[in-house]
Amino acid sequence: MRPESTVHTHLRKFHPAPVRIMHWINAVAIFIMIGSGWKIYNDEVIFGWLHFPEWLTIGKWAQHGLQWHFFGMWIFVLNGLAYLIYGFATGRFRRNLVPIRWSELVATIKESLRLHLAHDDLTKYNAVQKILYIGVMCVGVLTVLSGLAIWKPVQFSELAALFGSFQTARLIHFLCMTAIVLFVVVHVTLALLVPRTLVAMITGGPTIDDATPPEPAAETLQNARSAP
Amino acid sequence: MTIRTPSRSIFRPNKVPSQDILRENRRLIQDIDRRGVLRGALSLGALTFLTGCNVSEDDQVQTVLRAVSSWNDKVQSWIFRPDHLAPTFAESQVVKPPRFNAHYGIEDVMPVDGKSWKLELSGLIENKRPWTAEELYALPEQELIIRHICVEGWDYIGQWSGVNLKAFLQRIGADLSAKYIAFHCADDYVESIDMPTALHPQTILATKYAKEPIADPFGFPLRLRTSTKLGFKNPKWIVAMEVTNTFPETFYSKQGFNWFSGI
Repeated sequence: MRPESTVHTHLRKFHPAPVRIMHWINAVAIFIMIGSGWKIYNDEVIFGWLHFPEWLTIGKWAQHGLQWHFFGMWIFVLNGLAYLIYGFATGRFRRNLVPIRWSELVATIKESLRLHLAHDDLTKYNAVQKILYIGVMCVGVLTVLSGLAIWKPVQFSELAALFGSFQTARLIHFLCMTAIVLFVVVHVTLALLVPRTLVAMITGGPTIDDATPPEPAAETLQNARSAP
Repeated sequence: MTIRTPSRSIFRPNKVPSQDILRENRRLIQDIDRRGVLRGALSLGALTFLTGCNVSEDDQVQTVLRAVSSWNDKVQSWIFRPDHLAPTFAESQVVKPPRFNAHYGIEDVMPVDGKSWKLELSGLIENKRPWTAEELYALPEQELIIRHICVEGWDYIGQWSGVNLKAFLQRIGADLSAKYIAFHCADDYVESIDMPTALHPQTILATKYAKEPIADPFGFPLRLRTSTKLGFKNPKWIVAMEVTNTFPETFYSKQGFNWFSGI
């Protein structure tokens, strides 16, 4: 029970400045890591039928691709760690990414298939968005772990052993990249379809008042309604 | 696929200019590098947005990337666990023959004559007497069945034997507190490693592969094999070894590959 007197309005943007800065730093890091990663991949391909077009890669020769990759890793890892710590510490993840309800998920998928995407309220992620955002964060962590296993299979041999052989770690690292590329394609496409979301990641988006939590009664009601 | 580097030009002089001036002015050069990092960092953010624009050759970008690579050398030396052994494998997993790799094709390998060959020693070593192949092959052997990992991404399991490098360094009275060991090879390849790696229990001067003397393409009569570095850090056809505190640039580090290249 909160005494009435302590309630005060606390206005903030849906995407506070740290989130926006970290988001765009991450965009640059992902761009560097994927472009240089493709250059490194081309030097010794995993699939004979797959070579990335040279003009899509970063770095003139393999060594430059490696230089970019081992430069970008610092940006990606340090920024990613800061983002995860921020997300957990400020409650942003708890507020925006959970709970995920089955009924909501099924409803969102049905709506998407009818090409109807609800986005009246940018501050409420639907179940598919929640799963994608949580999923891509997990993939990001796995990318770093498999990357470490490839970079230091002897010094981090305990970690490398979890991935099986050296080539398995390479394959997992590659599949993580594939998942991130697919995410980026969907993410960018949807952001362009609903440009307000893109603007929000620059300006901060709608202003939210933290001091007025949703009515507990209403939430319970909603829970009851969405229960199977 | 081999690492694509320009083939040796007939116009390239056999003798390169003396590197001494670089060594003497190292401090000045590093200072310039540091300023370059700040300058480069400012333009780098903007440059990365230019897709399809190849900026990797740009001098300022190279300055930044090489500075980060030097930082990564330091990080790797901190990560390095001196007593941590690399995984070893069963004899049945050994690939025969080993996979060839150099900055030129296997057909261009110039075999070394084992009879006239000598290992020259220089630098911070008490007993600099050269070693013949016969003498080296008579030393106590250590066998390693370890994974060879190439910077390109391929790997195979190889079975190498030869004298433990730490034991050899002690035998010749090398200064084990020195920073680097440089290797000069019959094909003018130059490679260098840090002392902690040289003293690692799985670092050997290999003379045999799968219990037979190493074949010509793979480094006869002497090559380095260490379990803690990428393939190109294991020079073949070694003719001279130097213990030094002066950082020895290497064939691939000059081209922009990371020097430490630990695994």
